[in-house]
Amino acid sequence: MYKVLVVDDSKLARMVMASAFRRIRPEWELVEATSADDALAAISAVDIALVDFNMPGTDGLELVARIRKSHPKMPLAVVSANLQDEIIARARELNAAFVAKPLTDEALGAFLSGAALRLRKTAP
Amino acid sequence: MKIDVRELSQIEQDALAEIANMGVSRAATSLRQMVGEQVLLSVPAVNIVTRQAASRLVEKGNTTKLVAVQQSFEGPFSGRALLIFPEAQSLELVRSIVGDEHSLEDVIDLEHEALAETGNVILNSCLATIANVLRRTMRMSLPSVVRGDGEMLFDVRGGPADGNLVLFLYIDFTIKNRDIHGFISLLMDLPSITALKKIVREFIDGIERQSPGNVD
Repeated sequence: MYKVLVVDDSKLARMVMASAFRRIRPEWELVEATSADDALAAISAVDIALVDFNMPGTDGLELVARIRKSHPKMPLAVVSANLQDEIIARARELNAAFVAKPLTDEALGAFLSGAALRLRKTAP
Repeated sequence: MKIDVRELSQIEQDALAEIANMGVSRAATSLRQMVGEQVLLSVPAVNIVTRQAASRLVEKGNTTKLVAVQQSFEGPFSGRALLIFPEAQSLELVRSIVGDEHSLEDVIDLEHEALAETGNVILNSCLATIANVLRRTMRMSLPSVVRGDGEMLFDVRGGPADGNLVLFLYIDFTIKNRDIHGFISLLMDLPSITALKKIVREFIDGIERQSPGNVD
């Protein structure tokens, strides 16, 4: 059982994410943040983070870059409908997955399975 | 900057329509995933018109009270993408996305927020597809919700007097089993005809390279 941070300024998007987690990983704990600052304050207490790209202020890729500096091995995903090749490539450079919106259980499930595997491998 | 559609050859006009079609088709796929019902699309229309003519096109057969989620973009083209529908159907759209189990009060509370996020998902998928097809990068703004008639949505009154012509692409959609119809529209400021022709030419060349017989 892992603790997952969901960062999205949209309440609807967080509801969609929470509903998908209830179906896929009901036992995992979700922590919600609505901005980059909230996310950075919460990041050390979680195992995995899913970050929306299009947010006011700091965008999702900038936030992922900042998280990456302090958490080089944390499984991270950028979540967006902005599936431009360049955005996906920048997520990859940061060693983060890209999960497309609208969110599907398949795409989220695949990311979470991969994340769980990595966390088990790196566990002390 | 004035542009005359006659300066574009038939193949260039076809290519523009096709690029727009890929974007709005992707947007319709996203909308379908969000509402869980089939989304029926019209054939996309591509016109070079005044903002005023564009506003009349979206009012045609509709009430003039419209609501739109809009996002501006900058890149090889700059302009705005809009998801537009009659204001009276806004709650029905939100309900179809958040699910029928929510009360009317919840749906009203969520309306603005849900419209913005829905527009964000649908318009981003449209614009990103176009950017990928053109192999260019587009920067997109955060979504905003606007209410008003067609002239208000297309900034007819406050828009520039000069360069009033825009490249206007639209497609209308109907959500099956729901009383919802609307438009996905792109309103682009016109780059110079030379820039436009160059972008379209590269797209056409890309297709020709992929055609059978030219495979590496």
